[in-house]
Amino acid sequence: MSEITMAKALNTALRDALRDDPRTILFGEDIGALGGVFRITDGLAAEFGDERCFDTPLAESAILGTAVGMAMYGYRPVVEMQFDAFAYPAFEQLVSHVAKLRNRTRGAIGLPLTIRIPYGGGIGGVEHHSDSSEIYYMATPGLTVVTPATAADAYSLLRRSIASPDPVVFLEPKRLYWRKEALGLPVDTGPLGSAVIRRHGTHATLIAYGPAVTTALEAAEAAAEHGWDLEVIDLRTLMPLDDATVCASVRRTGRAVVVHEAHGFAGPGAEIAARITERCFYHLEAPVRRVTGFDVPYPPPLLERHYLPGVDRILDAVASLEWEAVPA
Amino acid sequence: MTVLEAATAAPAPAGPVTAGPVTAAPAAAAPAAAGVPPDRQLLMYRAMVVGRAFNRQATAFSRQGRLAVYPSSRGQEACQVGSALAVRPTDWLFPTYRESVALLTRGIDPVQVLTLFRGDQHCGYDPVTEHTAPQCTPLATQCLHAAGLADAARMAGDPIVALAYIGDGATSEGDFHEALNYAAVRRAPVVFLVQNNQYAISVPLAKQTAARTLADKAAGYGMPGVRIDGNDVLQVYRAVHDAAERARAGHGPTLIEAVTYRIDAHTNADDDTRYRPAGEADVWAAQDPVDRLERDLLAAGVLDRAAADGIAAAADAFAGELSARFSAPPTGDPMQMFRHVYHHLPPHLREQSERLAAELAADGQGD
Repeated sequence: MSEITMAKALNTALRDALRDDPRTILFGEDIGALGGVFRITDGLAAEFGDERCFDTPLAESAILGTAVGMAMYGYRPVVEMQFDAFAYPAFEQLVSHVAKLRNRTRGAIGLPLTIRIPYGGGIGGVEHHSDSSEIYYMATPGLTVVTPATAADAYSLLRRSIASPDPVVFLEPKRLYWRKEALGLPVDTGPLGSAVIRRHGTHATLIAYGPAVTTALEAAEAAAEHGWDLEVIDLRTLMPLDDATVCASVRRTGRAVVVHEAHGFAGPGAEIAARITERCFYHLEAPVRRVTGFDVPYPPPLLERHYLPGVDRILDAVASLEWEAVPA
Repeated sequence: MTVLEAATAAPAPAGPVTAGPVTAAPAAAAPAAAGVPPDRQLLMYRAMVVGRAFNRQATAFSRQGRLAVYPSSRGQEACQVGSALAVRPTDWLFPTYRESVALLTRGIDPVQVLTLFRGDQHCGYDPVTEHTAPQCTPLATQCLHAAGLADAARMAGDPIVALAYIGDGATSEGDFHEALNYAAVRRAPVVFLVQNNQYAISVPLAKQTAARTLADKAAGYGMPGVRIDGNDVLQVYRAVHDAAERARAGHGPTLIEAVTYRIDAHTNADDDTRYRPAGEADVWAAQDPVDRLERDLLAAGVLDRAAADGIAAAADAFAGELSARFSAPPTGDPMQMFRHVYHHLPPHLREQSERLAAELAADGQGD
């Protein structure tokens, strides 16, 4: 067991996937000699050769569209979109083909491909480098959307994604890339589609994923000073959502706050809050609250601290849940 | 279906590998027959006559309301038959919605070819066993699938070529450019066949591109561009065959522009009198690919009138059989909506499928 970063865990997952299955191939812009702009593919081209890990022309639709053809021929492509907002040129391929080919061919052709996308803000990136685009992917039937919040999950969920018979959009929270964790690899933290309780509590449930999990846990610690004992759920997979884990928790606590840095209007929290309301209405002591980014384009880096939901905003939302009504 | 089964069973002849230059205009048609045996020319003729009958019958279906829509390829039979016969059955086709005749020529059941347009299934045939991707509706997107599959075959060391079909309008799409660039850089064994039928729905070629020819575009990607007479099946056959063998030999992709004309409207929903000058179709009618091959084969003695009449009768019988099979209503299973979205049915889809099953049971349509 040693201290490793999420970036290293992802790199190890890719290395192990390349080693274990000759059908696994990696490609994208700058992932070869450079090892990716975040070094997630560091050393893989050297170790496995440039037919297993290779640079493509700078063309995101081509990266994803050719991955479709490669998967049709039996490979298991793992492609990198360099930054969240760089993935948009590939959107037609994603929506019209990646998400639908199994359905269009009535099961004859499934696409076991993984699309890695570093996403989210908090690293001082200039515009087009900090988007949280997950709702577009969540809103597309046929896709699986995964986002880890720990190094262990980064390794395990990426291995599970590459092994999946269906296309996975694997969102890497870039501000967590360099966080260290005591971890022995390999590790298996469970199947796709399963949320996990990161902190047990009784007064309210914070529901978060990816970069917001750390903030939610910090808020839960701060809330303890107010005498509020908060449960924190890390969704890990956004599509399909683990309603069972979320609803079991909310039925116990009676209160829920969804936390994410993507915008709020028609954002992921809207879907989650609606599902909680539909399923847990008679257990709720207060409306489901959302703490999200503002409904604005992601701001310039000097302003992002004002945009990103922090501990205080979460605590304000928690405070609004009429705490005095809670039985002891 | 015997005509088409025979067509697809014939082996592709060996031919010289040539990297064709960009030509300013379609090459002269006269020597096109060279290198293609008479029985194979006859096969092409049969397939084109059947294809013409298929276009006629499918258009009739659309007028009868038995198809939601039909994009006819009448006038483009030489492009579709010549290209489909020029590659091996193990090579992959990446067709658009207008490639019905190419699919027929490949040997795919005509009812399965039409399921997309009938509206009961997105893709009626099995793409894996037919080595044919689903007919693609978004423009040029399948060029990238072709490039990826071809590149995968190259990496695997398999002698497989991908043949990507597009129209002239699709050459303006980003995916067309990304696919050509990718395929050229990776030396992927792909043949990009543009059927320049002069219109993208209503927009004429002059408003589509400022390039001298569509074949000229190949130069920008570092691959050969070949411009051929798309109404001459033998030119199409030879150009696609040569490009495919060139690709198979490791020399990378080729862009072929086949100059042709779409006789019918874009689909039955289109009014082509709004955008086509009067008399234009008459000029092209003189170049009709089916009539032209028939004249050439009659002149060469490969075909006689009695044989031609026999083929015409067989094509009519083929259309009649298709019509009879089509009179049976499609048997769409509503539950299939959920069956192939994911490999494993996720919980929310299980809930929704149970709800639909209950609705169907209440309506007396359940099991």
